[in-house]
Amino acid sequence: MPENTELRYTAEHEWVLVEGSVATIGITAYAAAQLGDIVYLDLPDAGTEVAGGSIVGEIESTKSVGELFAPVDGTVVEKNEAVESSPELVNSDPLGEGWLLKVEFTELPELLSFDEYTALIGG
Amino acid sequence: MTDAPTSPAAPPSRFSPLDAVHRAAGATFTDFAGWQMPVRYSSDLAEHHAVRSAAGLFDLSHMAEFRVSGPEAAAFLDHALAGLLSATTIGQAKYSLLLAEQGGVIDDVVVYRLGDEEFLVVANASNREPVAAALEERRAGFDLVLTDESDETALVAVQGPASREILQRTEGFEAPGLDELRYYRSTPARFGGVPVLLARTGYTGEDGYELYLAPEHAEALWRAIETAGQPLGLVPAGLASRDTLRLEAGMPLYGHELSFETLPVQAGLGRVPALAKESFVGRDALVAGPPEGAPVLVGLVAEGRRAARAGYEVFPIDGGADAPPAGLVTSGALSPTLGHPIALAYVDPRLAAEGTEVTVDIRGTRLAFRTTTLPFYRRKKD
Repeated sequence: MPENTELRYTAEHEWVLVEGSVATIGITAYAAAQLGDIVYLDLPDAGTEVAGGSIVGEIESTKSVGELFAPVDGTVVEKNEAVESSPELVNSDPLGEGWLLKVEFTELPELLSFDEYTALIGG
Repeated sequence: MTDAPTSPAAPPSRFSPLDAVHRAAGATFTDFAGWQMPVRYSSDLAEHHAVRSAAGLFDLSHMAEFRVSGPEAAAFLDHALAGLLSATTIGQAKYSLLLAEQGGVIDDVVVYRLGDEEFLVVANASNREPVAAALEERRAGFDLVLTDESDETALVAVQGPASREILQRTEGFEAPGLDELRYYRSTPARFGGVPVLLARTGYTGEDGYELYLAPEHAEALWRAIETAGQPLGLVPAGLASRDTLRLEAGMPLYGHELSFETLPVQAGLGRVPALAKESFVGRDALVAGPPEGAPVLVGLVAEGRRAARAGYEVFPIDGGADAPPAGLVTSGALSPTLGHPIALAYVDPRLAAEGTEVTVDIRGTRLAFRTTTLPFYRRKKD
């Protein structure tokens, strides 16, 4: 599991782990806690082209529906099928087994640092 | 995902007498009718399952309580409410409705008969003001005292199959009538010498109890029940689980299934009003009935995991792509107990027959649902 400080963040409460030209994406522990128990995820399949800032999926908890935004322009190379069958992984391990997508990108936009994200959520 | 700023016009938030207990337990809070109440402590699914399998402990101190006492208390309630409260016996509880002249629902209430001339009317927190106003207006000419005791009353609920054993083991709790207390009955009890009204009522579809007492003693009672209950699987439970529990049990929630615009019969509550009574507020409108084709409440179920939620539109399957909606979902969730989506919806009566196939527009995708009888979940009676 990556350290918080290795990650980049978005204002939509997602984290991004950059390894070469592939960004692994998930939602933050803060977002998971705010949503409550996650019971359903709708994720784009591998091969889907996504545009940074656009809605590419849904995260449903017992009480609400959250949207998943693509933090980068690129192509989905893998979705986490384990979280589709076991959505509770997003609550129990949001930075690890609860990852959502891997996206191959061409250019990395400016993202928030850990300190900036912590300030954003009032931590 | 951030706290909404408090507008200068908004009244200040109200806090439960158990607020410090919830904060210490790490609860997440939500605004409910102006009250900051626990929505969950850790996992709302775990809290839901605990109530079905063992027990959950709920703080419902935001609910509104009105005491009605005096020689004409029973006659007054027969006039003000839709049910026949004068026919209840001491210790009996009765679900009833406070109706407008036009037949719509001002609130749904539980009435406890505490004596020949004494009743406690428990209303939804969100409806405290309209209930107070309606009762005050309707009391004219009746010899009784009407008191809004909401601020002097805390309410703690223990719900789930282990509830009785937990109360039996609760240190300092004395309820001689506990073992014989039947469903929808109440009995006087004491906690550390302080009076408690113990009622075998609830809003979860599970066996359980509700305990009314003075707010300054609520924290001690909460802790004593928690201590007794933990070895039996009791957990504190928030309003999120309360909502999925009541939904599985097919129980209506004011503001979702019940409203000023809806007659009881449309909500499947046609048997709650006692039309045999000569007169009560709203009776004429109930006798006239809703207009032809008025929507009726049904249960909906589906395969898969995508929930239909409040506000989503229901469509007939044979209407074509351009057909107008024929119903509206009022509550919905992925049922934690059953594992599939369940919803309550008001639909055109032509779609109400059990087993009718419909679709629900879930954020742009039409998914198949079918109507079913309520409740979705029924506990096994022991």
